[in-house]
Amino acid sequence: MVDPVDRLADTVRIEGARILATLVRTVGSLPVAEDAVQDAIVSALREWPRSGIPSEPRAWLTLVARRKAIDALRREATRGAKERDSADLLDLAAADLPTDGVARDDQLRLIFTCCHPALAIEAQVALALRTLCGLSTAQIAAVLLMTESAMAKRLTRTRQKIVAAHIPYRIPAQAELPDRLTAVCGVIHALYTTGHAPTTGAAVVNVDVCAEAIRLGRLVVDLVPDEPQPTALLALLLLTDARRPCRADDAGDVILLSDQDRSPGISSRSWRARVARFILAPHLRDRRSVPVAGSNCGRARAITELRRDQLG
Amino acid sequence: MRAFKARRPDRGAHHAALPGPHLHRGRGLDRPEQADTLTEYRQFGEQNRATIRSAAVLHPTATATVVRVVGARGGNVVTADGPYAETKEALTGYYILDAVDLDAAVEIAARIPAAWGGAVELRPVITWA
Repeated sequence: MVDPVDRLADTVRIEGARILATLVRTVGSLPVAEDAVQDAIVSALREWPRSGIPSEPRAWLTLVARRKAIDALRREATRGAKERDSADLLDLAAADLPTDGVARDDQLRLIFTCCHPALAIEAQVALALRTLCGLSTAQIAAVLLMTESAMAKRLTRTRQKIVAAHIPYRIPAQAELPDRLTAVCGVIHALYTTGHAPTTGAAVVNVDVCAEAIRLGRLVVDLVPDEPQPTALLALLLLTDARRPCRADDAGDVILLSDQDRSPGISSRSWRARVARFILAPHLRDRRSVPVAGSNCGRARAITELRRDQLG
Repeated sequence: MRAFKARRPDRGAHHAALPGPHLHRGRGLDRPEQADTLTEYRQFGEQNRATIRSAAVLHPTATATVVRVVGARGGNVVTADGPYAETKEALTGYYILDAVDLDAAVEIAARIPAAWGGAVELRPVITWA
């Protein structure tokens, strides 16, 4: 039987960011949502060993966290002794559990939310990595080339500004997305880098983190298909990811660059088609440019080979 | 956004909008070329009356006096001519705005004429409950 505490740790590691994202969307406040998720995890630590692992751990945590958040909001409303909008609180309680798809979308939208232009871009990236991608302060410091203490201070200052300046946790409108793309792409790139070159653990690559970054990259491309930046980022990640299998041997040990056999990833047809599709996605959308796109596949290959020359 | 109401029933985040060097910029307020700017400010004030709690225009920093008390409270009062910080860009006035959050405050601040001639600094105001 699976140990409830292990299962909880897994759920938090894999689903934690999504649970938080869902909750932030409903309560409109990151600090309240973060506290509520923490409280829910504490409850799970008490409950699961006693009553068993729930059939849907994520749903369980989300529901309990929401209840905690509502309690917190009620306390605050009472303490303020000002007019209370109980209808809003009821609304909050009635909201349905989001489906898997919505929860994923939440996470990406909330990365955009974190990338508020009133924050410095480094702060935007760090905040999103910490709260929505589940990276530790040490991991963020490593990937953004800062000391851990400086990063901890920056995150604290950022949170303070959000609270003091009343920066809203509002999902930005479609028209606001392009301005925030640079930071969002920075978040995804940094996330991929964390998986590509982990600072902790024995593994050469953290495949889960890499896959998560690519997944988010795809979502951004879908969200703003006409923007070149996410498409370029996704192409870069796919290129890099195609090389991933050559970086370690069967035993999981590092293979030095000069000894790597890079041919399998590179010559794979499906891989080439994938990159071509993403590099050319904006062109492919326009039927008239399909012939152009066809000839551009050659260009995609040329780019790949150029990169191989540079890297290899 | 509904959740916001639930979180902050008072609905009042106040921001101070501090217009930058637009109005003064080395010119006297009484010069004819300032008339347009003043009209713009007057329009801004009228159109945003509902959100402006209070406002003031300040004389240029050449008229400033810095006050210090030497040592501790009750010490000698020392006054000095000139602004506290000698900078090229100085605040020319302030607005206290009623805005539900920063996004709303930015929207109002973007209509202050100084925003396109210079800059507007937005700072949250601390409210003592």
